[in-house]
Order: sequence, then C-alpha cells, then structure tokens
Amino acid sequence: MLIYTLKRLLAGVITVWFIATATFIAMHQVPGDPLMNDKAVTPEIRRNLERKYGLDKSVPEQYFIFMGNMLKGDFGISFTQQNRKVNDIIRDHFPVSATLGVLAIFFATVGGILWGALTAIYRNRLPDIIIMFLVILGISVPSFVFAALGQLLLVNINSLVGASIIPVAGWGTVSHMIMPSLVLGLGTMALLTRLMRSSMLEVVNEDYIKTARAKGLSPIRIFFRHQLRNAVLPVITVLGPQIAAITTGGFVVELVFAIPGLGRYFVQAVQQLDYTVIMGTTVFYGAFLVLMVIIVDIFYGFVDPRVRLK
Amino acid sequence: MRQFLFAAWVCFAHSATAQVTATSVDFDNQIITIALTQEPPQLNSMKATDQVSNFVLPHVMEGLLRYDRRGNVVPGVAERWEMDANGATFWLRDNALWTDGKAVTAHDFVFAWQNALAPQTASEYAFILYPIKNGEQINTGSLDPTKLSAHALDDLTLRIEFERPTGYFLKLAAFTTYLPVREDFFRDRNDQYAADVGDLLYNGPFKLTEWVHSASLKMVKNESYWDKDKITLNEIHAAYITEDSRARLNLFVDGKIVHTRLDGETYKDALTQRFRIRSFNTGSVFFLEYNHRPGRPTDNINLRKAIQHVFDPDEFVNKVLATPGNLRGESIFPVWLRGVERKFRQEYPAPKVELNLELGKQYLEKARLELGVEKIPALVLLVGNTPTAAKQAEYIQGLLKARLNIDIKIDIQTFKQRLAKMTSGDFDIVGAGWGPDFDDVMTFGDLFASWNLNNRGRYSNPEYDRLVRVAMNSIDAKIRMDAMAGLQQIIIDDAVVLPQYEQGVIYLMNPKLRGVVRRVVGPDPDYTYARVVK
Amino acid sequence: MNTQTFIPSPDDFQPAASLVSVEQISRPSLSYWQDAWLRLKKNTRAIISLYIIIGLALFTLAGPYVWMVDPALQDLNQISQTPSFPKTAILVASYQRWSGVVFDDFPAEPEEFLDVIPPPDNLRVDDVATTQRVRLVWDPVVGAGGYNIYRNQRLPESINDLGLPLGSALAGNEVSYEDRLNLEARQYYYAIVSTDGFDESDSYSLLAVTPQLTVTLDEAARRGLVDGDSGTKAGHEIKLEFHPLGTDYLGRDMLARLMQGARVSLFIGIVAPFLYVMFGIFYGGVAGYFGQRLDVLLMRFADFVVALPFLLFIILFKIGFGIGPGESGITPMLIALVLLGWPATARLVRGQVLQIREQGYIEAARLLGAKSHYLIIRHIIPNTMGVILVTLTFAVPAAIFTEAFLSFIGMGVAPPTPSWGSMCNEGVKTMLSHPHELIFPATLISITVLAFNLLGDGLTEALDSKMRSRE
Repeated sequence: MLIYTLKRLLAGVITVWFIATATFIAMHQVPGDPLMNDKAVTPEIRRNLERKYGLDKSVPEQYFIFMGNMLKGDFGISFTQQNRKVNDIIRDHFPVSATLGVLAIFFATVGGILWGALTAIYRNRLPDIIIMFLVILGISVPSFVFAALGQLLLVNINSLVGASIIPVAGWGTVSHMIMPSLVLGLGTMALLTRLMRSSMLEVVNEDYIKTARAKGLSPIRIFFRHQLRNAVLPVITVLGPQIAAITTGGFVVELVFAIPGLGRYFVQAVQQLDYTVIMGTTVFYGAFLVLMVIIVDIFYGFVDPRVRLK
Repeated sequence: MRQFLFAAWVCFAHSATAQVTATSVDFDNQIITIALTQEPPQLNSMKATDQVSNFVLPHVMEGLLRYDRRGNVVPGVAERWEMDANGATFWLRDNALWTDGKAVTAHDFVFAWQNALAPQTASEYAFILYPIKNGEQINTGSLDPTKLSAHALDDLTLRIEFERPTGYFLKLAAFTTYLPVREDFFRDRNDQYAADVGDLLYNGPFKLTEWVHSASLKMVKNESYWDKDKITLNEIHAAYITEDSRARLNLFVDGKIVHTRLDGETYKDALTQRFRIRSFNTGSVFFLEYNHRPGRPTDNINLRKAIQHVFDPDEFVNKVLATPGNLRGESIFPVWLRGVERKFRQEYPAPKVELNLELGKQYLEKARLELGVEKIPALVLLVGNTPTAAKQAEYIQGLLKARLNIDIKIDIQTFKQRLAKMTSGDFDIVGAGWGPDFDDVMTFGDLFASWNLNNRGRYSNPEYDRLVRVAMNSIDAKIRMDAMAGLQQIIIDDAVVLPQYEQGVIYLMNPKLRGVVRRVVGPDPDYTYARVVK
Repeated sequence: MNTQTFIPSPDDFQPAASLVSVEQISRPSLSYWQDAWLRLKKNTRAIISLYIIIGLALFTLAGPYVWMVDPALQDLNQISQTPSFPKTAILVASYQRWSGVVFDDFPAEPEEFLDVIPPPDNLRVDDVATTQRVRLVWDPVVGAGGYNIYRNQRLPESINDLGLPLGSALAGNEVSYEDRLNLEARQYYYAIVSTDGFDESDSYSLLAVTPQLTVTLDEAARRGLVDGDSGTKAGHEIKLEFHPLGTDYLGRDMLARLMQGARVSLFIGIVAPFLYVMFGIFYGGVAGYFGQRLDVLLMRFADFVVALPFLLFIILFKIGFGIGPGESGITPMLIALVLLGWPATARLVRGQVLQIREQGYIEAARLLGAKSHYLIIRHIIPNTMGVILVTLTFAVPAAIFTEAFLSFIGMGVAPPTPSWGSMCNEGVKTMLSHPHELIFPATLISITVLAFNLLGDGLTEALDSKMRSRE
C-alpha cells in the first residue's frame, strides 16, 4: 500500500512536470503578451518592461529559469497584480475556493446519493420522473442563470423580512457560503443523481443482493450495507476530478457572489496572458487534481475490496 | 433544492418593492459602503494605469493640485503657483503631512517623477511626464534621472522647466503619475512598495487601513490631512469586488452599497424597483477605426466615405446601445472639452455628415473602380470578446450588408489577442474607444498623428501632423483651438475613423449620500467631499 | 451373482440417434444486440424519445423551408418583442432632424437664482408622437437655467421615480426635447424638471404619451413591406413582419434563429459527446482491463489532459487550425471538444471496468477461453453501459454550452450564425425584462437533453442482461 502510494506520487510529480511544460509552451505560442495594454507604449518603455520581467530572454532560457524557480517553490510575481507574488495569490485565495468547493461537493454528494437512491427505489414512478425533469432542467440551463436567480432569491427574502438576514454577496461567515455553494454544486448534484440511479439499478439484481435478501436481512440493512456501498463506486470515480474542477472552476459563482476565490484569477490570468499566474495556478491546480485522483483511487480499494491496486 | 429555488423565484421575482433598511450608509458614523469592479492591480502611483487604482489613489493621496466639485483645478499640496511658457513654480503649503507625521516636500515630487521616468521602473504612463524638460530622454535611457528639470529650490518650492510650452500643465499636475512619493520610505520598502496598506504612505483626505485582496478595501479619514475639516465621511468601505452588474444591482437593492452603474441589461430591472436613475457622461469617445496601411481596402477613401454616409449614429445610439446618456458620435472631440471660452464643440461645431444611401452607393462604386474589383472584398471587423462589442459588430455587419452589400467578417478575439492584432495591423476595421488622460483637447487631438502609437490604423497625413504641432507648440488658446478645429474637419472629410458615440452611463446612487462628484478626468466617482444625510 | 461379463463391441460406441424434436429452436436465435434492439422497441421511454428526436430533426431540417425568414435580418422597429400576433404600423415620411424650439427673447441663464423654480407649464407633444420620435415642447420657466427630461413606463409615484434620465436642455430658453430612445408603441410618462443650471428643483410636470407604431417609407420599401405604388403614401397602414416567437436584441426573428441555431447545437451536442464518449470507452476500457503499467501510463495521461488550461489551448487550437476571421470553425471545435473532453468518460469507464473484471462471470468466461476483446465487448462494456449512457446524456448540454463559449471567444460559429447556446447566453442578460429570449433556447436544449435521457434509460434497460429475467 505504501509502495503503491509512493509510486503514484512519483508518477504524479512527473505528470505535473508535463503539465507545466505543455502550458509553458502553449502560453508562449499564443499571440500577445502580458505587457500589452489598451494604451500603446513606446518601444523604449516596452524594452524596459521586458527587461524588468525577464521577457527579453529567449523562451528556452525563460523556461529553465521558471523551472528552477518552481523547484524552489517560487512562481514569481504577477503581471496584472504587480507587487503580488503568485504564491501569495494562491495562498490567499485557494482556501476560499476550497471551502466553497468542499461545501458544494458536500451538497452535491449528499443530494446526489439521496435523490439517486430515491429515483432507483421509485423507478419509473412519479418521484423518479419529477427528479429526472429537475435534473434535466438543472443541466440544460446555464449555471449563470442559477447564480443570478439564487442571488435574486436572497434579495427577495431579505426584502420580505425587511432586514438583511442572509448576505446577498461577499465572503466571511457561514451565511455567505450557503447559496454560492448550493449553486456551485448544482451541476455535480444532477450528474451524481443520474449516476447513482443507474448504478443502483445495476446493483439491485446482483447475486449478492439476492443472497442477502434470501438470508432474510432487513431491507434497510441490504440497502445501506450492500446496495449503496456497491453503487457508490462511479460516484467516487467522478468525485476526484469534480472536486478539483469545482474548487478552481467556480468562476461564475465567485463573480456573481463577489467571492475572493482563486477561480477568478485562474480565468482572468488566461485572458490577460499573465504568464506567472497562469503557470502558478495551472501547476497548483494540476498537482491538486493529481492528488485528488490518487486519493480517490486509494479510496476505491476501501469501498470495494475487489478492486485490487497494484 | 432546485424545486425550491424555482418555485420561490416565480413567487418573488417581481414582488420586491419593500426596501431593506440600507446598511450602505451610516449617518451617525458617516460611513459608506461601496463595491469595486475589480481589485486595484496597482497602488504604486508611479505605475498605476487602470481605473480602479485611479479611483483609490486620489482618495488617499494628494498631488500639487486637485480637482474641486466643479472640475476646476484647485490648490492641493501646492498653495500657489506661477506658470509661463518656459516653466512653472509651485509653492507648497507647510502643513501638508504624510501619515507618519513628516511634511510633504518638493523633494518628494522630484523623486516620484524621476523614479517614474527611470527606465528600470518601466512605468507605462511615463509619457505623461514628458512635458517636463528632459523627461523623454530620461525615459529612453539617454539621460540620467537626476537631469530632470524639476528641482526643489527648497523644501517648499518646486521649479519645473518645460520641454515645450504646455498650457495644460496644471491639469497634468493633478494626475496620478504626478503624485508625490517619499524617497526614504520607498527605498525602505523597495519591491514591497504599495503592496499592502502598511507599505504605502498617505497624504490624501483618506488613508487605507485594510486591504483584503479581491475581497475588500477600507479607506478611513486621514486626521493629519491639512484640509480635514472639509472632509465629512469617516470611512469608505469597499466591501465587495465584482464585475457582474446584476450582482451589484442586487447588492444595491439589498441596501448594501451606495452606488452601482446600470447597463442595458439591468436598467429595466432598476426601473421596476422605482429607483432614482441618474446619468453621467464618461467623457470617452467610441469609434470604428479603419486600417490605413497600404494594400488594405479601407485605405481607399471612397470606401470609407461610403460607410460614413450610410452609418446612422442616431440609430446606433437609440436602437443598438439603447440606454440613455449616450450621445451620437459626430466628432472625436467630445462635447465636454473646453474651447477658447466656452465648450469646444459649441465654438467649433462638428461638420455635418449627411445620411444618404444614394451618395453612399456612389462612393462605393468609385471605390470599387479604384480598387479594380468586381465586388468589395469582405472586410474584417476586429472586436473584443465582450457581449456589447459582439452585439455592435453584428449590427454593423447587418447594416453594411443591407445598405452597401459589403460583407463583414467579425473577428472576435480575447483581450490580448485583439491587442496583438491591432498592433500588427491584422484587421480592416476595429472597434475602439478613447478616454481622456487629462482635461485638454490634446488628449484626443494627437490621437491620429502619424507618430502616435495609439494610432493603430496608421493614419498618416502631413497636414494633420502639422496642425497637431501647431497646437503643441502654442499656449495661445485661440491658435490651439483653431488647429484642433482643423483636425476635426480632417477626421470627417477624410473619414479617418467612424465616430459612433460618446459614452454616457446611468447609475443608481443612494439618495442619503450627497456631494458625490462624477468626473471625466480624475477619480470617478469622487467621494472626497461626500456626506451622509439623515 | 451374475458373472456374465460385458465385452464392448465397436457398435456400442455409435452415437445415439439424436432426438431432433427436443432440441428444435422455436424462435430464431437472437444475438445480444438484436435482443437489445427488440426490447428497446418495446420500451415506452425510448419510443417517446424517438418521437422527440424526429420532431427536433423536422424542426431543424424542414423548419427553414416552412418558415422562410432570414435569421440574420435585423428589424430595428421590433427589438426584443415578446411573442405576439402580427402587428400593423403606419407609414411615415423618413426622419428629418429637428432643430427644436428655442426662445430667443427669453434669457438662457436665469437672471436671478430663485429658491423655488416651478416646473414648466403646458408640456405637450409637437406633431404626432410616433415610434420614430416623440417631440416634447413646453413653456419656458422664469428662473430656469435648464431642464431635465425623464421617461417612465409607469405612472411616477414621486420625484424619485421619474424613470430614465433621457437628457437635459442646457438653457432656460431651450424648451424642447426629442426622444428617439428605443421607442415602443406603449404608454410612456414624460416628466420635465426645471433646473437652475446646476441643481434640480423638486417638482415636475408630467405628460402621458402613447407613440404610434410607425415605419418610415424608406424602411418599408427596403424591407419589401410595400409592393408597387399601392399604399406607399405616408399615413397608410401596413402589416409588419410577423414574429411568432418574438425577436431578439437586434429585432431578428427568434423562430428562424432557433431553427438555424439547432443545426449547430444539435450537431455539436450529439456528435461531440458521441465521439469523445466512444473514445473514452475505448481508452478507459483498455486501461481498466489490461491494468498494470498500461493503466498507469494511460491514466496519468488523462490527468495531464484534464489539468491543461482549457481556454489557453483553445486559443492555440484556433491558431493551429488557421481559422480566419468570420470563418466557421466547426470541425476544429469538434476536434478540440473531443481532445479535451474524453478523459472524464475514460476515467469513469476505467473505474467500472476495474470493478467488473473481478466479477465471477468474467473469471468464468476467461476460464472458458474467452479472448480479451470478446470479454470487453460482450461482458464488460454492456455492464458499464448504464454509467456510460449517463455521461453521454450529460455531455450533450455541456457540449452545447461549450460551443457557445467557444463562439463567444471567436472560435466556433461566426456571427450572425446563431446557436442555442449563444442565444441562451444572450438571453441570460435580459432574463428578467425579456425572458422569452432565454426561455425558448433553454427549452429546446432541455427537450434535447430530455430525449437523450429517455433514450439512455430505454437503452440501459434494453441492454441490461440481468433485467431480461424480470420481463
């Protein structure tokens, strides 16, 4: 187990290195550069800027400098937020995104498993059909709409009460977090609901369920001990990448709810071609993703002992 | 959850008329809460370029001069001044203090300007200091920064020599790049200067006390400010940072912020809430810029004239932009600019362009013959990837197809890719805009001079260049304005660009907050002299 | 004890006569997939979904031949119209600029600043109010240095509720204002507030105006709304273009745009997920089944692809494929979607395969000498089908919205070609004031997703061998 984990971590490091290299090359292939701005600058100022940021060196040279610094854990200074170290940006804003993401995943998982199990039990009956319609609505309407509607709902609740009982936007307390994380987890919840339903239906006819039933186990015990545990595997599979995606991909939600998360930096950096932030967030996100996948894979073994890890 | 959300929305969507008690204004403590559109990327005054920094900095810093409520320059750190064609002398007040208690001296200005011009600082706005003698040479590295002709005669007297007569220097003196920086403090903080609230010295009406990146910013009244009696607000709390206009409207409705700008998407919702809507002219001009590089079809004047005669700026403003406050584009000089005595555009009205389909077609036919083509090739219209830009481009596309049978290919590009294409000249027409740096016709006038790097279409006309030089080298208002009127005429006669509109915005402001000033140049909105009433 | 010994003869080893009647197959033998198809046809959900898909296909392919309206045609007289019956408009002469009303003998600047400036009297409409322009005129007010003009769609309740600030007259003797701002044929309340040149007074005069829906002669001729000489005079009533589902922000016909947009959205929404799910199944199947080093290698590569910044690589793709401005990049977009979209499915399939390959029946089949590809196709893939179909159905809206996003950043379909996704994105912005611009495309996307969900459910039931026993 330990050796397996170590091996995976080593492979993870190599993966991250590949990610960094590919992103670095891509970034320098894209037209434009971080120094361009609405107002044109004279060639002299431009040269000064290039020298200051080390962009006057050749791309391979820049690559080695970057890699060297990265090994030391230093991603450099942001181009758009001058004076701010990329490390600081990640350190300041990732916890916010992570909190939001974990909450969203929590809502999504609980909701997904619950609704999914419900639809499987009431297969082809009214609850199943209603939930399916809601799921379809949930994935066919852009997430921006839910964010806006969710916020509007808060405004209306406050206005009916006549006092700000739930903050409309911002960050800080638990009450700030509820609506954004619900909205953020919506898509994942819909996906998990359907996945859960489908794998529950597959599991329900397995021999071991029949055996359990034949043994006379109580339906509740069968449901929790056997059905749920076996059906939850695909849910766990998607959870790893989903955690990573949600944690850094909450751009829209962060914008609408004015949340100081890393997702905004991640998206804006690409738009602004902020080289250092692109590299910093991508490498960090890549490492995070790889880690999540490893954790999920190890978790597999616990949930389903038949899956042998080698 | 989803079910709940939808049902609730249907019930409430339009029912909210009861107002939440506003917490955005606090009368007893004179505190207001605002939202910023984005995090200030830079609070180093020598390098700041963007709107948010240019909003925050003048609240917490003060230059030689500042703008009053009516937009006139008034004494700031400088108590009085004298100016002639060769230079200017400023006498500083002795009670202007930094937040650490030391006096603001003439050396602080000299240091800030030298530093901003120094090549290694690489300030993008260094050009705004070029009117000071030797400024440009310092910036290009051919002179040492100490050679700048701005000298502290003593602690409180500052003498500046001009490179050439600069009639609008006083307006420059109120600009962000001209703010003072104290050398010892700057050297002490070095790379960390202005990175956080403690890494910056303040001498303005307010001081920063809290800066949580991407989340909030707090400006508190500066008790050591020399004119602190005029300042009523105790605290300006920027508690939210978001670019989403609907989110800001929701915050306003919820009584959380004092001000929000409305756009075409949100103003109808604001109307149903029965808020007092105000309008304001931002002073920016938007136009379609043609590519004048040889070989481009848009280098042909008749093609440009054809487009000029079928484009109706009135229709564009009323039907496409469709929000109040925008003025139809008639000139690159916006209406608010001052002329000799009155407004420039009152003294020199923009040349009339006749909306005439037949005339347009005649020009098109001429262009077709001159270009020697069967049909005008499809023109590439370069736009940024903003929703409004795409909408406007689609309108132009439909218009030119319907009226002139010209095909337009819309080239949507993300921010930096669009800039790269503008710089390399890879377009026929590009949607562009220009906001003023300072309160003088020149900020618009030299835009299409052949040497101006912001002249992305590379328009080049010796007569235009000559007129710009005339205006540059004179401090006589009449001569300068006559030259500018000449430029205005050339722009229309030559169809250099196609003016679309002068930007106006509509916004909501909490009625309990008075004395907020909207500015074309300088911090906007300016809360310096605002007060909360009961 | 019987001591008779049995000596076998070769005859004893002859095969017994076969009992043909017992082994007779009463029905033709069905392969797994044939069986699945049969059961699919019996599935109600699948049949419903089939009808929906046929409906969508008709809408997309036959629709434009029935509703022959140019989806790119702009109608600035009917911007953001809600669905309605055909409207009629009155022809008017083309618009002429109005110089307004200025009293030369009245002071422009107030001679003295009064404490209270009354609102203007006699506020009236000059000429007829039409959707081309509304011209307001009022009497000058002593002490006024200018006037602010407001417009509201509801009766104002107070001075704070005057509506949109349309503009200002900047002198006391300038007593007219022309409103042309996006006028509709509905009631407006105009309010005029006097100012002393700087500050507003606190009273207003009000006028309710309902402009006539009009079209200029030029415009009508250009659009072919009038034929020949009949009815080309000003004052005549003509029928405007009919927009059964309303119009968008540039007055373009929603129905025609939805029909045209369906092509892009359905193509991308169906083909892209299908391709990348197929690839994902193959990739994940191979990784999961063969396991070991190959699994490690393949899955690390999948992680690598997932972690790349999507937007950056899309921009790179755009350049790599050399898509010029205004060109449609559907194929590159498809490739980009597939290249960047497959890892999720691959990971999911691999997880399922890992679980299934340890099942008893797989062991049994392997012991019986089944080959790998047979195992994968016959046993493993069908058993992961449920999960695969779920991801497939979820990939449909994801692909439709990704297309919209890509078009928004300039890679995808070029304007004015619409797609449901981009129509949705446009509609979102005005979802409270003009909900129809969001609801129609969103509904069509929902219906599409619904169809694929139903089909997916039907297929799952049809393909699931374990469910056969229950029927």
